[in-house]
Amino acid sequence: MSEETEKPTPETTEKSVAKQEEVIELPALEKGLSEKLTSKFGEKTSIAFVKENRVRVDVKKEDVHDVAEFIRDEMNFDHVESVTGVDFPDDKEIEVVYHIGSYTDNSLANQVLTLATRAPREDIPIPGKDGTRLPTLRDIFYSVEFHEREVFEMLGVYFDGHPDNRRLLLPEDWADLPPLRKDFAIKGR
Amino acid sequence: MTAELPPGLALQKVDERIMTLNVGPQHPGSGHMRIVVQIDGDYIVACDPDPGYVHRGEEKMAEYRNYITNIPHLERPVIHDSCNVLYPYVLGAEEILGIEVPERAKYVRVIASELNRCIYTQYWLAIYGIFLGHSTMFMWPAGDRELLIDLMEKMSGARVTHAHFVPGGVRNDLPANFEDACLRQVNYFEKRIKEYAAVFYDNPILISRTKDTGVLSKQDAIRLGTTGSVLRASGVDYDLRIKEPYDVYEELDVHTNVMKEGDSYARSKVPWLDMMESCNIIRQALQKMPKSGSVRTKLKPNPKTKGPETVYKRVESGRGSLGCYIVSDGKTEPYRVKMSVGSFRNLIALPYLLKGEKLGNMPSVYWSLNYWPVEADR
Repeated sequence: MSEETEKPTPETTEKSVAKQEEVIELPALEKGLSEKLTSKFGEKTSIAFVKENRVRVDVKKEDVHDVAEFIRDEMNFDHVESVTGVDFPDDKEIEVVYHIGSYTDNSLANQVLTLATRAPREDIPIPGKDGTRLPTLRDIFYSVEFHEREVFEMLGVYFDGHPDNRRLLLPEDWADLPPLRKDFAIKGR
Repeated sequence: MTAELPPGLALQKVDERIMTLNVGPQHPGSGHMRIVVQIDGDYIVACDPDPGYVHRGEEKMAEYRNYITNIPHLERPVIHDSCNVLYPYVLGAEEILGIEVPERAKYVRVIASELNRCIYTQYWLAIYGIFLGHSTMFMWPAGDRELLIDLMEKMSGARVTHAHFVPGGVRNDLPANFEDACLRQVNYFEKRIKEYAAVFYDNPILISRTKDTGVLSKQDAIRLGTTGSVLRASGVDYDLRIKEPYDVYEELDVHTNVMKEGDSYARSKVPWLDMMESCNIIRQALQKMPKSGSVRTKLKPNPKTKGPETVYKRVESGRGSLGCYIVSDGKTEPYRVKMSVGSFRNLIALPYLLKGEKLGNMPSVYWSLNYWPVEADR
């Protein structure tokens, strides 16, 4: 890595552009993973980034189940490390991000495949009649069970087909907005 | 009473044979969580863990503070392992803020994180001992732990909650003569923990209570996505310090301890073996560490980010893989911080392991999962 204190002359900017292209070509394994996904699903998936040890795939919510099944069966990923919900009130969407890893395939041990999908966000969630819905991945990756329950209570994303859509951390009688939504404000902040 | 109950509540059928038992949240055998078990005579037929009694909303709090002021509260979930809990967040913040870490700081971090792993494991082992009614195994680890706490106090100034790791390095340089004191205490500590074998691990009473109870097969350990000592006790050789080395772990000779049995005994033994490995790593790091140099890249009080970015960093903590997913929208505060913690990931194995087990074996199975209730709740 060169020092970035050089003055921005036209020559150095050209060099830095060339360097960026080199950096993108570096991770061969990661590139192979992303190409495998795009060759199978084509337009349905969009590769958000390919970094060292990290590949991120964005899919529509209709395709997330098929893509996850392909990731498990054909790409040797076997467990989900983390399921994160991210609220985007400006886009009127909630993003759910699965970080998928592999224990069985040693060549993938340092890889984390990020599968992200988005669900439409209703402004006022009504408990029991949730409008923000996503298909569950619990039948593909057993390990998402508690993670999806956490996303359900914290962001109000109902996972269709999840066998146990109950609250996990919050009290049973919680009657406010899902707390990790952006419009739930901390007092005094 | 209406027929339709709000979500989260369910009516339970009363059965003459099956009894529902609430273990916790105030019970000493559960920590700060509730385990709802259904028992038929002495055998557990169903188990429903109910965490959340110590939920602190760390992830929500992190959205309101900038990358530096997040440090003291994000280490709170496991105060005994505060360096490791903070580690992935600090690595992620470094990538988002674009900071390089000096070489000496990386070694100091490795030493601090291995010391913390031992401190946490000793505390966990002390509670495991008292769960099984073994008072000596409570006193010994709680006492020997002080050796390493003193070292951390020398290093960071605080005994338990250090807040020592910051983006760009560590807060302070090591004090004078730290290396000698560290080597001496760690050598003595290793000698002490080897003595635990005679009183605890080779003890026939412990073996009879933990052997072949709560057996987690290799396939199920993978399928359930367990991590850390639970995974390694089931025969999966996976340790992030080797598989995805961060900071200077690549230059150190790290070995994993794997057992094939997958029972409570193996799960209680692997962390103990890991402590000896930690002592080896500390000795290597002390030897290879640059003797002088900067330990911290200076930061502005409210550092600017490079722009919108998402980072997922993970480290091997005392309870297994600990991931931190940070979403940055270019502002000085993170947009979202998610901690994927080992305790929460191992919790899923509890209902699976307790089914068909005797009620008396519940503490030995539950605590062998290397579970820390506060970390699981965050």
